Amino acid sequence: MSSEVSTTSVEETGNLWSRRNFFSLAGWAGFLGSIGISLIGFTRFMFPRVLFEPSPLFKAGYPEDYTVGKVSNKWKKDFRVWIVRDKEGIYAILARCTHLGCTPNWLAGEGKFKCPCHGSGFTIDGINFEGPAPRPLERLKIAMAPDGQIVVDKSKKFLHEKGEWDEPFSILRV
Amino acid sequence: MENKNKFDLRETLSYFAFEVPVKLYRSIIRHGYPDSEKNKSLLIFTNFFLHILPVKVRKHTVKVRYSYCMGGITLLLFIILTITGGLLMFYYVPSTEKAYQNMKDLEFAVSFGVFLRNMHRWGAHGMVATVFLHMCRVFYTGAYKPPREFNWVIGVILLVSTLFLSFTGYLLPWDQLAFWAITVGATIASYAPMGDLQRFVLLGGNTVDQGALIRFYVAHVFLLPLVTTLLIGVHLWRVRKDGGMSGPPL
Repeated sequence: MSSEVSTTSVEETGNLWSRRNFFSLAGWAGFLGSIGISLIGFTRFMFPRVLFEPSPLFKAGYPEDYTVGKVSNKWKKDFRVWIVRDKEGIYAILARCTHLGCTPNWLAGEGKFKCPCHGSGFTIDGINFEGPAPRPLERLKIAMAPDGQIVVDKSKKFLHEKGEWDEPFSILRV
Repeated sequence: MENKNKFDLRETLSYFAFEVPVKLYRSIIRHGYPDSEKNKSLLIFTNFFLHILPVKVRKHTVKVRYSYCMGGITLLLFIILTITGGLLMFYYVPSTEKAYQNMKDLEFAVSFGVFLRNMHRWGAHGMVATVFLHMCRVFYTGAYKPPREFNWVIGVILLVSTLFLSFTGYLLPWDQLAFWAITVGATIASYAPMGDLQRFVLLGGNTVDQGALIRFYVAHVFLLPLVTTLLIGVHLWRVRKDGGMSGPPL
């Protein structure tokens, strides 16, 4: 019956929608629109805007502190970083296994980094050679501060598989 | 009639002693003695706690060896986990500074704390096992076939929510095992498409820290139990609507 009424009214007035249809649609649009906008807001709410995480920059002493051919565990506990010095220069390796994110150990006797979780092994350069790790360890930006100290920036990573280990600041030549 | 307004002690007492209890009883139990088919049915579906049960079942489905009651044991474990978990919440604060100590206090300082914690722990392990065995039973008896295929889908979602409940509960003791398990689990999530975003929203940051602990806690004690309870309701209702454990709809 209601449809009859609405069709006649549409025909009589020549409007596209009857008043009832218009308010019904407007009601649904308002309801679904407010639900949708709330959902977008709730989703955004789940992504924090401010993170209270430590600064990615730290000073790692002077180049003389590091011996050629040795891996330094000095900053591993506080910053999760190894400083390695070889004939070419000094580089910083992030102590985070590229498999699933555990912290490997430097085994000086065997001359390799070994992850305790699933047994991935890396050479002193950080190249993966055993276990499930799919790619080499990540190197971090390393530079010299005006006071002569080494500065490591953990926010900039250099990946071997992308050929980034030749880029400036991936190694500090001394 | 003339002494209508007159207070009659004996009448009042007998009213409260005999008529009120009967009225109260009749307001709750709304069927007669279950000796007829009608009253037997009314007994089941006028009771909120029983109405999820079917009025009739097939004889072979009642045998223990048909289902080994794996779904029922899973439900029982879920109830045990809800009760013990609710009690553990009184002594546990989801803060990186307190969580581990609270867990140790539950083991060594709180009366029956170690008992409740172990009930919760072993119940959780058991629930994963019984859900798996329940799925095996459903598979081997062909109980996933039409018209029960939709209930299998709900069952799969329930399996996933059980696993997520286990995973989120894993972090809460905030010990080394918990920390590295969640580090590994969150990195596994980052291998999926848009994985780094998933990892970020799962941990509420880039590292397993306070943000991750509170997210896992809220998921463990509120979101996942809510979803699981709702789906268990649908799951059991669906079993009844599809004709019990096996055979065509009754």
